Amino acid sequence: MFDLRCWLHVGSTSLLILGAIGCGQPDGGPDLQRRVIRVEGSDTMVNLAQAWSEEYQKVRPDISVQVSGGGSGVGIASLTEGVADMANSSRRMRAREIARAEYNMGQTPIEHVFGLDALAIYVHLRNPLDAITLDELAEIYAEDGKLTRWSDMGVDNRSCRTGEIVRISRQSNSGTYHYFRDTVLKDREFKLGSIDQSGSKDVVALVSRTPCGIGYSGMGYATDDVKMLKVASEPGGEPVPPSLASVSDGSYPIARPLLVYTLGEPTGVLKEFFEWIHSPEGQEIVVKLGYIPIAPVEEDTALEEDEDSQEDATVDEDEGGTGESVEG
Amino acid sequence: MSPLKADSDVERSSAVGMTGDPPANSGSGLAVAGDPHRQRGGTTLLDRLEPVIEWIIRLCGWSAILFVFAIFLFVFLEGAPMLFGDLDLVEFFTSTNWRPDSEIRPQYGILALLVGTLSVTSLAMLIAVPLGLGAAVYVSEFAGGRIKETLKIVIELLAAIPSVVWGFIGYMVLGPILIWLTGAPIGINLLNGGIILALMSVPIIVSVSEDALRAVPDSYREAATALGASRWEVVYRVLFPAAKNGLLAAVLLGVGRAIGETMAVLMATGHAVQIPRSVMDPVRTLTATIAAELGETVAGDAHYQVLFVIGMVLFAVAFVVNLSADLVIKGIRGGRNE
Repeated sequence: MFDLRCWLHVGSTSLLILGAIGCGQPDGGPDLQRRVIRVEGSDTMVNLAQAWSEEYQKVRPDISVQVSGGGSGVGIASLTEGVADMANSSRRMRAREIARAEYNMGQTPIEHVFGLDALAIYVHLRNPLDAITLDELAEIYAEDGKLTRWSDMGVDNRSCRTGEIVRISRQSNSGTYHYFRDTVLKDREFKLGSIDQSGSKDVVALVSRTPCGIGYSGMGYATDDVKMLKVASEPGGEPVPPSLASVSDGSYPIARPLLVYTLGEPTGVLKEFFEWIHSPEGQEIVVKLGYIPIAPVEEDTALEEDEDSQEDATVDEDEGGTGESVEG
Repeated sequence: MSPLKADSDVERSSAVGMTGDPPANSGSGLAVAGDPHRQRGGTTLLDRLEPVIEWIIRLCGWSAILFVFAIFLFVFLEGAPMLFGDLDLVEFFTSTNWRPDSEIRPQYGILALLVGTLSVTSLAMLIAVPLGLGAAVYVSEFAGGRIKETLKIVIELLAAIPSVVWGFIGYMVLGPILIWLTGAPIGINLLNGGIILALMSVPIIVSVSEDALRAVPDSYREAATALGASRWEVVYRVLFPAAKNGLLAAVLLGVGRAIGETMAVLMATGHAVQIPRSVMDPVRTLTATIAAELGETVAGDAHYQVLFVIGMVLFAVAFVVNLSADLVIKGIRGGRNE
């Protein structure tokens, strides 16, 4: 089973190197084992976890944090089998998974929130649209939605020759997809026939090449080639651009938690690692990768980012989405 | 060269082989057991290892079968609870609603995905078969010397390009070109996936059909030419009928390649659950669905199991395609024996 999962990593993601690391867990003595923290799970968070791992190496060279992706489901399965110490997840653990963790490992998984991910709505640069309401988004994406052409919204999108709204979405079990459905579509289903991309970065890349397109993805994945829309929670409401400030104060309506699961309360090196993540240093990395921190960051960084985000919320990121193709 | 001289040549060379290199001789197994040289020299390490090596080689051969069965068993066991349990097979094959993660009511209809796989594969073959056969005819019948060798090497290189690179080309290069050419709203679609898959299947079609064409005896060509056939007539009237089994096998192997391809179609087809109305519509294939969704499913839940049932469907399709290719190839041998 373990081997197979490794192969699935290799097969289903292009993260060959990560897959190989995942397959080759060191079988050192108990001493060595205690100094290794094994992180697995959501590909949305793999860059973040990798960045934490690299920085933490500088602070604590004696502890090695091994990160691999594979998806939220894979990470949680590893956690419940004792193969991983912490699982990154872009969705909440299901009851069945919690029950299995308790059955296998005798411990209850504990949920931690390490940051927030603002969901930005992206359109092509030449699309004149500037702001959108949650209702309009639901009418575009939901089953039986009324908005199918840009003109239906009163938008004169001339760069789109056919005039049709091309819905760019995520594969049906990614955390982003779930969050969008629960928050924006509420009790409705997604309309089938959307272009379902496998990665957050892919959504942005595709929107930048599709004049008729609209897509949703993490704010951290923004590039200069796309436009982020302001979002109003209700018709006639004030549209708010996604930014560090607007997400932190709750005025931006669509942001989801970055979840991490452990078996029981973290102890030992894992606890130290968690404390470090909550420290200004660890939270600074959250900001760097385009996510919203949950604890205070070092002052200068926070200010800098705030100024940036007032201009536009684009977090200037190369790191935002490197090395990822299929993800959760 | 007289027959006598040829015989003595053979004898001399085999004598050299025996004295200079006894282990090489033992490769022929029991037949050399009574060889006088062996008695004199005693048994070498390699002689004693021989049964072991024989077993290792045998295991290598059997392992392929073992793996296929193990994989099939695994896929089957993972999917079985769903297949024989809650899965409504009628809905599974006839509904286009693929909503595996719905909280209202999960629906597992793979019709749109099946149509996606079939349409991309057919379109790919529509492009790849003429292209591949044409290339094979050129390489085997028309190109000479250096061009022929260069072409063969380049076509082999084409086969070595990883599928994720093909997908990337479809996504980044072909997509924008298709938008620019046709004015379609989206460039990653059925046509894009079909073209990419066609390019990926061409090498296998070329190499297998070139072998088939080369296997046609030269006497056929000579006879046709002697009867006054032009080169095209030789190809069309003589070579194609003579090599038809091999050519069919080439096409079927290409089909197998196209159906099983995952990464490239995931990136190039647009991955949208719908029955395409034109070649410019995005589609989604069975393989891409498994690749995109398996990583995030809850291990062991209904969605996970349904993905394995899709795996079984693919297994069945691949089995049928490969089996027919095999039977067709056997047909060639049978034909030759007659």
